[in-house]
Formats: sequence, C-alpha cells, structure tokens
Amino acid sequence: MRYSGLRVIKEALTGHKGWKPAWRDVAPQAQYDYIVIGGGGHGLATAYYLARNHGAKKVAVLEKGWIGGGNVGRNTTIVRSNYLLDGNEPFYEHSLKLWEGLEQDINYNAMISQRGILNLVHSDAQRDAFTRRGNAMILNGADADLLSTETIQKRYPFLNVHNARFPIKGGLAQHRGGTVRHDAVAWGYARAADQLGVDIIQNCEVTGFRIEGGKCLGVETNLGYIGGGKIASCVAGSSGRLMAKANMRLPIESHVLQAFVSEGLKPVLPGVITFGAGHFYCSQSDKGGLVFGGDLDGYNSYAQRGNLPVVEDVCEGAMAIFPMLGRVRLLRMWGGIMDMSMDGSPIIDRTHIKSLYFNGGWCYGGFKATPASGWCYAHLLATDTPHEFAKAYRFDRFEKGWMIDEKGVGNNPQLH
Amino acid sequence: MIINHPILGPRDSAEFTYMGDAALLDRPDWQAKDALAQFINYGYLRDNPAGPHQELWYHEQGDRSFLVVTRDTTTHEISSVKLANDVARSRGRST
Repeated sequence: MRYSGLRVIKEALTGHKGWKPAWRDVAPQAQYDYIVIGGGGHGLATAYYLARNHGAKKVAVLEKGWIGGGNVGRNTTIVRSNYLLDGNEPFYEHSLKLWEGLEQDINYNAMISQRGILNLVHSDAQRDAFTRRGNAMILNGADADLLSTETIQKRYPFLNVHNARFPIKGGLAQHRGGTVRHDAVAWGYARAADQLGVDIIQNCEVTGFRIEGGKCLGVETNLGYIGGGKIASCVAGSSGRLMAKANMRLPIESHVLQAFVSEGLKPVLPGVITFGAGHFYCSQSDKGGLVFGGDLDGYNSYAQRGNLPVVEDVCEGAMAIFPMLGRVRLLRMWGGIMDMSMDGSPIIDRTHIKSLYFNGGWCYGGFKATPASGWCYAHLLATDTPHEFAKAYRFDRFEKGWMIDEKGVGNNPQLH
Repeated sequence: MIINHPILGPRDSAEFTYMGDAALLDRPDWQAKDALAQFINYGYLRDNPAGPHQELWYHEQGDRSFLVVTRDTTTHEISSVKLANDVARSRGRST
C-alpha cells in the first residue's frame, strides 16, 4: 500500500478500516542469501538497499527486541555532514543527500527538517579550526557557512554572546543539517524493505555463529538455526557482545551516552545549536521539548542509564549559552550504549572469517549515518568490495596507522 | 558512583579519571619476536565484556594513585578496588 494524502482522506471517510500493518510478521526460513543481524536503523537500511540497489531476494533482518526499540529510538535525531577528514566527509555528505531524498524514496514521512545546525565558536583558535573544517566540507560538496557574532546575535537573540568565560565569537553553520523523526526512520525503512521482500524477524536473538573451516554458515538463534550465504553484523552498541560469540576482539569499547528532553515549550530554538567550549548540543522537537545531550559518562557500560555528574555538566553547558532555560524542567533522560571505537570513526568491513561481515563502531554519530551506512554496507555485502565512500572504514587501519581521528585524541575511546 | 579507595576510603568517582581496561597494566615486551602484533592487541583491541570488568581509575583529584576497580558494566556495581601498584606487584613486577 502506498501512503499519500489522498489515501489519508479516503481512509478518513471510510473509518480507517483499510490500513494494513506496515510490515509482515514472519517466521524465519531455513536459509537466506543475506542475514542482517540487528534491526536498528542501519540494519534495516542495509536490508532495504540490498534489495533496492542490488536486487537481493532472500534477505532476513534479525532483531532481538522490537523494531525501533534500540539506539535508533534513543538518539537525539540530528543529521549533518560537518566533518573534516577525507575518510569521513564524503561518506557523511552522501548520507545527508540520501536523507534529503529519503521520504520520497521509501514513501514514508520521516519528518526530515533541514532547520540547520550551528556550531558555536568561542576563541580565535577555534575559529581557525572551524574555518578549516568548513573549507573541507565545501571541497567535498557539502555546504558550510561561517557566521559572524553579529549575524548570530541577529538570528539567535537568546544566545548569551557575552558570557564572561566563553564569549561567542562566531559559528560554523550547515544550513542543510537538521533533525529527523528517528522512530519513523526505523519504521519507514522496515516497511520499505518488507515491500521488497525482506523478512523482518523480531524477538529473534542471535546466540551464536556456526563457523566451519573459517567460514560462517549461519547463526544460532532462540528460534533455531538459520543458514545464510552472507552474515552481516549490524548491532552497534552491542558489537563487542555479539562478535565475542565469533571469538573476535574489536577495537571498540561500549560506553553510555545520556540524552535529555525538557518539558514542552513554545518554539524557541530555530535549529540545532552546539556549544563549542563544553560539550552540549540542543534542538527542539516538533512537540516542543528541547532535545539535548553532551558527553559520555566516560567508563565502559552496557547499562542503558547514566549517572548524575554528567547530567549536571550537560545542564551547566545549557545555562552557559541559553540562560533563558534556567527555569525549564527536565522531563526525561535516558542512556544509550555506544560502540566507541579507537579513533572515533566507524568500521564497515569484512572480518577474517569468510562470509561474516561487520558494521559498527559508530561512536555517538550513528544516527546521521543511517542511510549511507546501509547503502555502503549493502554494497560491500553484494559486491565484496568496499563502497568508495566507506573504503577508509577498514579493520586494519589501526595496525596500518590509517586512523580517522577527527578529534586527534588517539586510542582513548571515552574521549572521542 | 562511589569508589572505595583502599587508602582514602569512599570517594566520589568524579574525582577520578577513567583510564580503560586494566589489561593496560600488562605492557608487552618490546623486544619480543611478535612485539608488533602484541602492541596492536595491547593498544587497540579490547575484551569489552558485558559483566564484571577490571579497569583503571586514576585518582587525579586526590592522591594520584591508580586503582584497579572491578565493576559490573551492566549494573555499575563495584565489587573490588585495589591499588594498581599492588596488582602489578602480585604479578611479579617491581612496581
């Protein structure tokens, strides 16, 4: 069934009796060509692009919980492509372009809103760094706009430009950045993949891999053994746990990142704004709540909740630039588990085990990467060669010295 | 989180800096034949368990000691805290 305005009107007039479930509820078959482990945004996008771009017929997505219940439903919904390094920027720009056409492509309202993102600058050195980053973005076909303090003051009059400790000295804006309704991304990709024949199997947890003679033949699950031509791990946050079942150690630590929503407010925030002197980023959802976050808690964690010192730190960041928020109350906060890689960049690659592929290490930038991650992972799975935009995301970059370290902090996962 | 420092007693974890997996105490021998492979393992690969995890916490805002803390990564519960010095000595090292 295609969704459209006409359809909504027709259903409204006929008692909404014609709506069908967005995807089929199926039992797993014995054998697939491709098994994607993890029904998050990346896994569903991978399955969708496998079917759409590469004509794959027998594809299964195995999800241990329910669609939309993992990190795709726990992030702060920001999309952007404001990276510096060559290994990253073309990939993220491809992702942003895919976001721009996604709703028409998958026939689903993902509420993509290009309301812009502004990274604030607080020192001369930071302005130099952001100018360089802006230039790198433009060289890679993205948009970047260096704003003066006066422009910022005019556009965002509520910002505390004259903070004594961290005055705002300008900002790097990407006007094509913005926010997307995160659950709708999962639901939309699931529905689109399902329509191309992908089997989405919920409540199906992978408990082990069947590996013989260095080749992965399939996966053991709570619903029994499922054979697969190619097995694709796509479970960022739990990559360590899953790949341990194949006796693989990864260049990844799992960390908890907290996110917050305030009570609903009238429209106050026209876009995404990030504080450049601390770690704080904020946007306003269409419901009115401010959606914001900051640093990792900073220690290995698989608990989907954080601790109070980071809550305090994030709220201090908010007060430093938005003093108007002093009396706003927090409505909800939660934690999500991140695959923090050793250089802050992801991995989309084959493993040393034949037919077993890996996608993970997204740190806390995974949501914006969803379409391109699926696109490039599907390309790798179907053709066995890395996609040109993702060829830097290889496992062996650590031993070869080809790290993609945007922040330049080395192999300290908690600092990326 | 409260870390029960073996010398100073219970301290707020905010006084500490997290330094990662306690396996980092066991630096490979740089003269070993397979030193390169060992250092790649040491520098970049982690067990990253969901459950008890031995990790290094540096008491930066306190007495500057390194601690080996055993903490469950699924509950944040701390089951043991030792001075990293003692742990290293118990493995036959001089410091």
